[in-house]
Amino acid sequence: MIRFEGVTKRYGDADSGSADGGSRAGGGGDQGAVAVDNLTLEAPTGQITVLVGPSGCGKTTTLRMVNRMITPTSGTISVNGRDTASMDVAELRRGMGYVIQHAGLFPHRTVVDNVMTVPRLLGVDKRQARARAMELIERVGLDPAMARRYPAQLSGGQQQRVGVARALAADPPVMLMDEPFSAVDPVVREQLQNEFLRLQSELGKTILFVTHDIDEAVKLGDQVAVLRVGGVLAQLAPPATLLADPVDDFVAGFVGRDRGYRALSFAAAPELSLTDEPTVRLGATAEQVRAVGSPWVLAVGDAGEPVGWVRAAAVDHEVTRDLLHRGGTVASTSGSLRALLDAALSSPSGRGVVAGDDGRLVGTITAAEVVPAIEARRTATTAGEVPEGASTR
Amino acid sequence: MSPATIWAWFTDPAQWSGADGIPNRLAEHLAYTAITLVIGLLIAIPLGAWVGHTGRLRWLVTGANAMRAVPSLGLLFAVSMFVGPLIQSDLAFVIPSIVVLVLLAVPPLLSGIYAGIESVDPAARDAARGMGMTGWQVLTRVELPCALPLSLSGLRSATLQVIATATIAASVSLGGLGRYLIDGLASRDYVQMVCGSILVAVLALVADLLLAALERYAVSPGISGRSVGVARSRSSRTGEASRPDPVEAPRSISTASPTT
Repeated sequence: MIRFEGVTKRYGDADSGSADGGSRAGGGGDQGAVAVDNLTLEAPTGQITVLVGPSGCGKTTTLRMVNRMITPTSGTISVNGRDTASMDVAELRRGMGYVIQHAGLFPHRTVVDNVMTVPRLLGVDKRQARARAMELIERVGLDPAMARRYPAQLSGGQQQRVGVARALAADPPVMLMDEPFSAVDPVVREQLQNEFLRLQSELGKTILFVTHDIDEAVKLGDQVAVLRVGGVLAQLAPPATLLADPVDDFVAGFVGRDRGYRALSFAAAPELSLTDEPTVRLGATAEQVRAVGSPWVLAVGDAGEPVGWVRAAAVDHEVTRDLLHRGGTVASTSGSLRALLDAALSSPSGRGVVAGDDGRLVGTITAAEVVPAIEARRTATTAGEVPEGASTR
Repeated sequence: MSPATIWAWFTDPAQWSGADGIPNRLAEHLAYTAITLVIGLLIAIPLGAWVGHTGRLRWLVTGANAMRAVPSLGLLFAVSMFVGPLIQSDLAFVIPSIVVLVLLAVPPLLSGIYAGIESVDPAARDAARGMGMTGWQVLTRVELPCALPLSLSGLRSATLQVIATATIAASVSLGGLGRYLIDGLASRDYVQMVCGSILVAVLALVADLLLAALERYAVSPGISGRSVGVARSRSSRTGEASRPDPVEAPRSISTASPTT
């Protein structure tokens, strides 16, 4: 558990921490500019706490005060009950994973040597550290053959994976992550986020995570702390609550549009009766497609997995991948109401495709059938029966 | 003067033995150079590392560079006049010569080391500190290795300058290859002067080649970028490069399940 108690950081005093932190949070080096104002916050053990806010809200300063890269002006920060100010600074930092935006890999060391850094600092012998590093390299989804490459030979996404592996190498209970996925393109970012969640579900670290991206905050956080400019905590809540019940105009504005729709991400898909959908296999003939008697026909692959809709009139000879409509999304029976509704809305036939956890088609559902489930949830929530944050992760 | 006379000078057995023979002059020249560089490095490495690491007293580097403008020969006579009377041996001339050469060597060494450390990726430095390296560990394990290419080019340029300028030691009656130039000038033996110049030039080139080899050996392939080329050509040979990276390949929309 990381605990902030009345923590304030004012720049312009004698010990103003690193220049980097200052320029990011200080607002042009104003004398006495307050970066973080009397922050009291708890990041619970084994959970992801996300700090989010606009530029100049002090989120990075807050994070960097935990491992004393920046010294607080007043207040105390304790990690698992120990006041960080009383600890040896090197020991404190070696006990926390630290991941930063541009990975910050050491260019003169190979990937595996980078990952071995903290264990080596802690005096673990070389062979043991190397074995552990190789294990982590695979764990973060990198090919073991990359271990002998240098950072300059990796893509941005791969470098960021190495950064995460390096932070995990000494198996620290606490991880500090400063916009780790901000510098990669959106597709890679989503993969990294998903794998990060998978990893966290296995490891259960206490994580403090900084981002400026509210969607990332809502996706990753078990709880989200929204900070406003000047380093004041505006709201601390689970993501579902943040979307459903922003505490003021600032939070509402920052959380953004489509809140009602996005909040459905946190509502587990209820048991709905799905309609059986007639399907054709890839490679089916035009006659087979027309025999279904519907303008849009769902095609499935060999394992019974839905691969896409095909317009019956467009099939001349047989169903090929080229003919598939690409717009439809597939919801999962264990997914969220949002995914269910999105599947229905994005389907060219109006029938949303639902697959089981094994990827096989279970059935379809229309938007009109999803909406009553949403309405039912609203009634239940108002009555206070459905717990907030009924997360679908 | 023809190539033949130069050839004759070099092949004359008299040039290859005794106190004014080429081997001895070469050894003296190398000794001045080595002593100068060792002292220069002893000054420049700690100073450059400290300035680069802390970012304080940057004007020292600028100031040192300004000193390059001082004429070496004039400085040599000036230092000799002050130091000479204080010392009662050959050192009376050796010390001033070394002082002048050190003053010449320090600026490129210092700028090289300082600029090398200055250019280290701030993210790498931040990560190093954040992972719990002490200041000394950040310096020795991250900053100095990353600063190596620029530091070594500083060393190369200092070495060239010292080898070339060490010839002036002869003007205060010391040895080294400069003797051929000074003596040749005094006796109007131009062949000797040309041959002395050739020796200095060849020595400088050989030293530079050796340092280039050292650079190749000492600098991490991750920084010099050599391994990048090697790995690319290797992977393209096995067809690995043309295959899309499975880790980073985007998933198709129809198979993605948007759960959030």
